[in-house]
Amino acid sequence: MRIDCKHVWVHISAYIDGEVDADLRAEIDRHLETCEICSAVLDSTRNVVVLVADDRVFELPIGFSERLHARIDEEMDHPEPASL
Amino acid sequence: MKSSTPEFEAECIRRILAGEKSLFHDLIRPCERPIYFLLFSLLRNEAEAEDAAQETVIKVYQNLRTFRGDAQFRTWVLSIARNEGLGRLRKIGSRREDSLDAEIDDSTGDYTPAILTSWREVPEEALERKELLVLLRNAIDGLPEIYRNVVLLRDIEEMNVRETAAALGATEGAVKVRLHRARALLQRELAPKLGGYAPKRKGLFGWAR
Repeated sequence: MRIDCKHVWVHISAYIDGEVDADLRAEIDRHLETCEICSAVLDSTRNVVVLVADDRVFELPIGFSERLHARIDEEMDHPEPASL
Repeated sequence: MKSSTPEFEAECIRRILAGEKSLFHDLIRPCERPIYFLLFSLLRNEAEAEDAAQETVIKVYQNLRTFRGDAQFRTWVLSIARNEGLGRLRKIGSRREDSLDAEIDDSTGDYTPAILTSWREVPEEALERKELLVLLRNAIDGLPEIYRNVVLLRDIEEMNVRETAAALGATEGAVKVRLHRARALLQRELAPKLGGYAPKRKGLFGWAR
């Protein structure tokens, strides 16, 4: 089986997560050896995934944690009627 | 005992219910970020997300006795957060998430990534540059909600597919599909703009542009 670029793109996310089976992985790897475009698409997607995962990209609002724990203390001292 | 292992959580919950209330602070700490970002993703407003996050945590505290331990604690907490967020959306008359889900999941449509031939990796050190952080945040903010939720939990909070699916009330298959599309959209949006953040290429005579 020879796979084309579109086929590789469909599986890129699963490939990055190590969730494609061995046969498909081997096919994709073979394709990547000769296809500059797919290699760049894979590397850029993987790089984007790494960058967005950095804690600096999404930070909690300043003082969020302090306010949350103060609210918890308040609840412990003066419990409200439970609701869910 | 390491925080946020199931053993730590079970022990913590047992002791909290037995009267050591202050341990709840330690129990909930590892969940703070995912709670807030899931709610922010749903509500799109910092103050509203913070208020909903506090409400979620109080509900978790009040209902701790009902936690069965058959799901992970964080998953249970996030499903409470999601209900809190959806309840607020319903109150302000926003669209129902379910119908939106169906609409987007049924659409297939081919996706073409940003085609690049000379891609150079952007190192994480580049995140010291504010404008790069803004670029990444805007790209995530710009994703359709159901994709953004999955990226936040799976890629940003590094939850596994099963946990993400449970927290969002989706199937694992749907999480994988959404994650794939979300990453594809991010690549298409970001890759062409990231070139300037890659290290300069090494030229023949040392580092040069």
